[in-house]
Amino acid sequence: MANVVDVQGVRKVYNRDSLEIVVLDGITLLVPEGEFVALMGPSGSGKTTLLNLIAGIDRPTSGRVTVAGTDVARLSESALARWRSRTVGFIFQFYNLIPVLTALENVQLPLLLAPLSRKERRERALTALRIVGLEDRSAHYPRQLSGGQEQRVAIARAIVADPKVLVADEPTGDLDARSAEEILTLMETLNRDFKKTIVMVTHDPRAAQRAHAQKHLDKGVLTA
Amino acid sequence: MALPIGYNVRNLVVRWKVALLAVGGIGLVVMVFVVLLAMASGFRIALGATGAGENGIVVQRGSGSELTSYFSREQGNLIAVDSRIARGSDGQPLASPEIVIVANLPHRVDGQPTNVTIRGVTSRAFEVRRNIAIAEGRRFTPGLNEVVVGRRIRDRIRGLDLGSSITVQRRAWQVVGVFTADGSAFESEVWGDFDVMGPAFLRGGGQNSLTVRLGDPATLKDFDRDLQANPQMQVEMHQERQYYADQAGPVARSLLILAGFVSIVMGIGAVFGAMNTMYAIVAARTREIGTLRALGFSRRSILLAFLIESAFLALVGGVVGCLLAFPMNGFTTATGQTASFSEIAFAFRVTPPDLLRGLLFALAMGVLGGLLPARRASRLPITVALREA
Ligand SMILES: Nc1ncnc2c1ncn2[C@@H]1O[C@H](COP(=O)(O)OP(=O)(O)OP(=O)(O)O)[C@@H](O)[C@H]1O
Ligand SMILES: [Mg+2]
Repeated sequence: MANVVDVQGVRKVYNRDSLEIVVLDGITLLVPEGEFVALMGPSGSGKTTLLNLIAGIDRPTSGRVTVAGTDVARLSESALARWRSRTVGFIFQFYNLIPVLTALENVQLPLLLAPLSRKERRERALTALRIVGLEDRSAHYPRQLSGGQEQRVAIARAIVADPKVLVADEPTGDLDARSAEEILTLMETLNRDFKKTIVMVTHDPRAAQRAHAQKHLDKGVLTA
Repeated sequence: MALPIGYNVRNLVVRWKVALLAVGGIGLVVMVFVVLLAMASGFRIALGATGAGENGIVVQRGSGSELTSYFSREQGNLIAVDSRIARGSDGQPLASPEIVIVANLPHRVDGQPTNVTIRGVTSRAFEVRRNIAIAEGRRFTPGLNEVVVGRRIRDRIRGLDLGSSITVQRRAWQVVGVFTADGSAFESEVWGDFDVMGPAFLRGGGQNSLTVRLGDPATLKDFDRDLQANPQMQVEMHQERQYYADQAGPVARSLLILAGFVSIVMGIGAVFGAMNTMYAIVAARTREIGTLRALGFSRRSILLAFLIESAFLALVGGVVGCLLAFPMNGFTTATGQTASFSEIAFAFRVTPPDLLRGLLFALAMGVLGGLLPARRASRLPITVALREA
């Protein structure tokens, strides 16, 4: 199977007050299509940084990041934005739903960037909400939902445009054990039944267990 | 594609406390702006309605106002027989010789001496000017020390009520009528009999002006040229309406300059207020901006979203300002700064163009104040924005 994520010799260096901070130091990572990978490592080891590079919201200092066949660094700012809206689904630790939009409107957001009619947008968003089991909450605002429900709405938003890759940065980090369990089950389903390739950063060993593969980052280097 | 407008509106509703600062600031500025415009509009309307387009007014050549103009009755009579002047039903020319003086009368509220224009007219004046109407009482009787007073000045000066009398040049004048004149500056005058007032005010044998109705208004230019070419006379003719409008010019202009100056100074403050508000709004929504960008919204759509939000905020302020200014419509005030040095009462006129200007001014303040914050929002690196708590 082809590699959906292909990271080759990537370095990421930040310059802070004439000080060079090497966050990623020669990372090579291959994620085959349909894989569910957990990225682990101590705080500050560069997990989020690596995930951001894969998701196309950051650019490497050197090396190459190819996702779904596209060399991310070659795209212009606006082309990259369009590419993200079609290719990558984002799941955040704190859900990042827009508070003034309802669940349905939140889920519809990525579809505003696609050439769809109002009706199609609405139907697709409802389908996505049905997949995460929250169709009956479509008119609710984020503050009217529990943390676990919010994260499920966020997952519906991540899958609504049918992207190839889902990136999740500590998706269960802010949830109680039961909600975390539900979210992980949902992600497994997305991976198994909907063939989504998932890269998930997590601190939680139990969460990492649910993935097919575990990678460890330490001081900017992949260890396993 | 841009974010839906509802997104901006709802965000402002949720953050109304922050928004209030900008709305209030802009609202206040727009109110002051519209009120000043309404003042200028009212003044212009009052003086623009003074006099008719079909009338000509003859004054001494080079005199700045009727007060400083003077020519003899013989000259006036000679002009009046010109065939270009329309005739009344009695076959006599529609020509109104008038004398004008300024009297010092006590203000109704504080008794302060106030300049009031007193005009001596013949009964012809009511024919030459079509818009003079007696609202209360009757016209003055020729030969008697009687006057009729304009509606506006009656409300502002002591002793101008129907039946009471005023003293001008050591003579008592009884008020027998109140007249209207379409809100024009004539409503700020007191009119009496030409033949009584002439000798009383030491203007016997002469007059300040001669207002005539032209048979064809297009002949005015030729008429004026003939008058100016006549070596026997020292007079010139103007269109009556233009003549009075020109007297208003400097005042209306200085009001507009005042409106511009005050509004710009206050507007700068309001722009900074709006900017502050928008920076606070952007700061509070940094992570949200990062999220939207990650989802694929372009920098431009973020810039646009915050500009729209700022513009909308300002527009709400503009509407508030217009609503606050509107009660001033019809409010009557006076200014003593005209060329004739008389008090002219006029009503504030909040005209639709004034309101539109107020809203556009608000919009401009909103866009200006929103520009930098919106730019900041659109330029945040996504990874940094997402890191925000
Ligand atoms: N914009 C930046 N400028 C400077 N340094 C940065 C920037 N972004 C990240 N860093 C640094 O890079 C390092 C790695 O950060 P990163 O967020 O990738 O770690 P992480 O493994 O996700 O940590 P955590 O588990 O706490 O989320 C940290 O030391 C961080 O301070
Ligand atoms: Mg992290």
